[in-house]
Formats: sequence, C-alpha cells, structure tokens
Amino acid sequence: MAGTKKELIDKNGVRLDGRKWNELRPIKLQVGIMKNADGSAYIEWGKNKIMAAVYGPKEVHPKHQVLPDRALLRCRYHMAPFSVDERKNPAPSRREIEISKVIREALVPAVIVEDYPRTAIEVWVEVLQSDGGSRVAGITAASLALADAGINMRDLVVGCSCGLIGEQVVSDLDDTEDKEGNGDMPVAIMPNLGLVSLLQVDGVYTRENFQKAFELAIEKGKQIYQMQREALTTRFFGGEAKTTEVEEVAE
Amino acid sequence: MPMIQRKQVIPGDVVAKGNYRYGSYIEKRGDEYVALRVGVAEVGSDGIKLNPFTGPYLPRADDEVIGKVIDINGFGWVIDINSCFDGFLPASFVFGRDFSPATHDLSSKFGVGDILGTRIEAFERSRDPQLSIRGEGYGKISSGEIVKISPTKVPRVIGKRGSMINLISEKTGCDIRVGQNGVIVVDGSPEGITKAVKAIRLVEEETHAPDLMSKVEAALGGSVVGGN
Repeated sequence: MAGTKKELIDKNGVRLDGRKWNELRPIKLQVGIMKNADGSAYIEWGKNKIMAAVYGPKEVHPKHQVLPDRALLRCRYHMAPFSVDERKNPAPSRREIEISKVIREALVPAVIVEDYPRTAIEVWVEVLQSDGGSRVAGITAASLALADAGINMRDLVVGCSCGLIGEQVVSDLDDTEDKEGNGDMPVAIMPNLGLVSLLQVDGVYTRENFQKAFELAIEKGKQIYQMQREALTTRFFGGEAKTTEVEEVAE
Repeated sequence: MPMIQRKQVIPGDVVAKGNYRYGSYIEKRGDEYVALRVGVAEVGSDGIKLNPFTGPYLPRADDEVIGKVIDINGFGWVIDINSCFDGFLPASFVFGRDFSPATHDLSSKFGVGDILGTRIEAFERSRDPQLSIRGEGYGKISSGEIVKISPTKVPRVIGKRGSMINLISEKTGCDIRVGQNGVIVVDGSPEGITKAVKAIRLVEEETHAPDLMSKVEAALGGSVVGGN
C-alpha cells in the first residue's frame, strides 16, 4: 500500500472518505423526473448528480440512418459546463464522445431493438455534477429511464467500477482515487441474464487482482441492482413489487 | 374457481416457470417466462398476460385510431396517429377504385389539420400503417375536444365491455370516442366536456386503484349535464 503520493488508504484500510475497501458511496435513485421526456431517471452516486432522459421510439432523421429491421439507439453523454471545478467547454470532448459510445454499447444488448424497426430511441445522459464513476452511474440511470419509457427490455443494466490503490483492490472509486490510484475498471452487467455488457480497464493488474476486482464489481453491481429495482417499483407500484391471487372471472 | 396470480414485474423478472401460452411483452427463456416491461403480469389457467404501465403506441391491424392530417401527397393523406410511424390513408380508399390524381382533388375531402377517426387496415414491420375510413362512424371529426392519454391506459378508460366510457358519457351527456392510440375526442356541452375530461384524467392518474368505477362516479357527482 506504499508508493502512492497521497495516502489514499491508511494502515487500517480506511479510505480518504472513510470507506473500507469494499464499500460503496451512498446512492440515491429516482425514476420519472421529467414530464416532457418519454422516460427519465436521476441518480446521485457519491458526488455524481446525473439525469438520464429517453425519447422515442420516434422517426429517424436524417433518413439515411434508418435501420430497416431494428431501432437505432442513440446515446449522448454530456457534462454540463458547471459539473467540474474548472468550467468545461460545453462542446463534446473526445472523452464524452467515447463514453457516449460505450454507454450505447452497454445498453443495446438489453434493449429489444428488433421490436421497433425503422425508429430511433434517444438516450441523453447529462452530468450535472461529476465525480468518479460517472459512466457507470450514467448507465444505471439510463437503463431505468428506458424502462420508464416503456421500451421492451430483456433486463436492466447496472454498472459499477472497481480499481486498484497500490496493490489493493477497491470498489467504487471516487474522483481522487480515480486520478491518483493505480487502476480503474468500470463494469456493466445485466444481473438477471448474468451477462457483462461493459468492461473497460486501465492500470496494471496481476491475474489475481484482475479476478478479484472483476468479481467485486459484479457483486457490487448486484447490490446496486436492488436499489434500481426499488426505485422502479416505488415509481410504479408505490413500494415493493407484490404478488396477489384473485379469482378468475369468466368472461 | 381457478385462481389468477397477479404479479407486479419489471423488465428481467421471471413471471412464471413451466409451460404456458403467453402474450406480448413476455419472452420465453428455457422454461422461464420473463417480463420485458414494467407492469402487472397475470398468470392464469389460460396463459400469461402482461399489462404494461407505460409505453409507446405501436399500430396493430384493426385498431381504431384518431389522427390528424399532417400532409397530402398525390396518392393520399399522411396522418399523425400518435405513434413512431405515420399512418397513410390512400386516396383510392376514399374516392373508390376509379381514383386518379388528375380528376380528384384530395384537399376538397380532408385538409391538413383535420382530425379523422380511422381504422388500421394493415400494418407490418417494413411499411408504415395503412389506414381506412370504410365503415360506420369513420371519417372526419368536426367538433369536440381532444384529450391525449398514455396508450397503455386506453383499456382502463374504456373499461370492461365499455363500462367506464359509458358511465362518463352518461353522466356528462358527452359523446366520447377513444382511439387505441391514446387520442380521445370528447364532444358535448362545455360543462359536460370539462367534467368528462376531468374524469378521463382521473382514470389516467389512478389507473390501478381498486374500485376505480365508484371513484369516477363520485367525482362526476349525481348531476347529469344534458347534451345540447
């Protein structure tokens, strides 16, 4: 655990913000926050504050982009100029374009695009305040917004990042740990299907650490999935999803 | 009496295991039936059905839809049916077999902005839905107020065998036409229209409240507003 400039994790294994190696930052999720969008969600994850909105299915413009057999899923990840300490130029940066692409690719396997031929489904992820792990937070919110819009989905998508501080695997890196730490690994999963739809890695991992970080990301992802469920069921059922039995009425 | 299991589900939830007949918004994976939408799944002796809570309107053949003319071209009218696909009403369906763009003036029949009650004649994935106005009651709707609701809530607004819509219609003295695409036209006296729209909004807001009928009845009150 030596070698890092700032002591990101102390002798007792406590991180800068007081978490242990395998703890998450506090997460708050809300579904259906925007009236004008077909579906929307809001997430607060640590210091991240992100809104996701879904529009569609709708007609594709420009027309030459139409896919005859399925929907075109468009994603835009954008950071507000005031989301970071120093004003960010609102024009999409290289990084935002890349994150838009990976978010799209993380969501596509869950959306049944074949059910909406010749249409476009637009997902807008707007970062109002940014912290570490904003792409996985964006994915988590965007999949809720898609479900809120009533688009056929095989499963929800939930993201979580893990990483390295020195040689210690830690879950859910914040901004400082992301910048000063030794590795970052965002993972998105479809928990019911048991599939991974996003896996990015930077840093140098031993085989053991890679395995450990990957498994930790999945374990934490499943934990966040429960919060996702709760947000969605609160919105639509006013609480937990229930099962009731009623007598069959003959038509 | 056989029992129905009612399950509140979100996408990815297993609705049931075994062997059932199943409808839309459900996918079969091995011997599991998985929900694709947020809604209530009903597992009964005759199969599994999922009633979604949200979602866009997707055209189905034989649906009655209410739409607005947004364009006229040489062969027919393009109609906005509150869906991701525009409806097309071919001129030959209106003028008959001997229609020719040279002799018939399409805009004399329906102009841009007109509201039409139509039926979906045909729809398949590769082409936009084709509409027709053949049949009783289809065609231009010249008066009334338009109310748009979520298409997933149309069945509740209509009610079992039209019970809800009949109730609202009787209590307010209004003529109410409901399109499967979530477009409703209410026509009657101004006070009646206001009441009917309120009742429809109530049904939309409290779609899944138990005993919705009596709630709506209470909201409409006893006073019957006569039509003009």
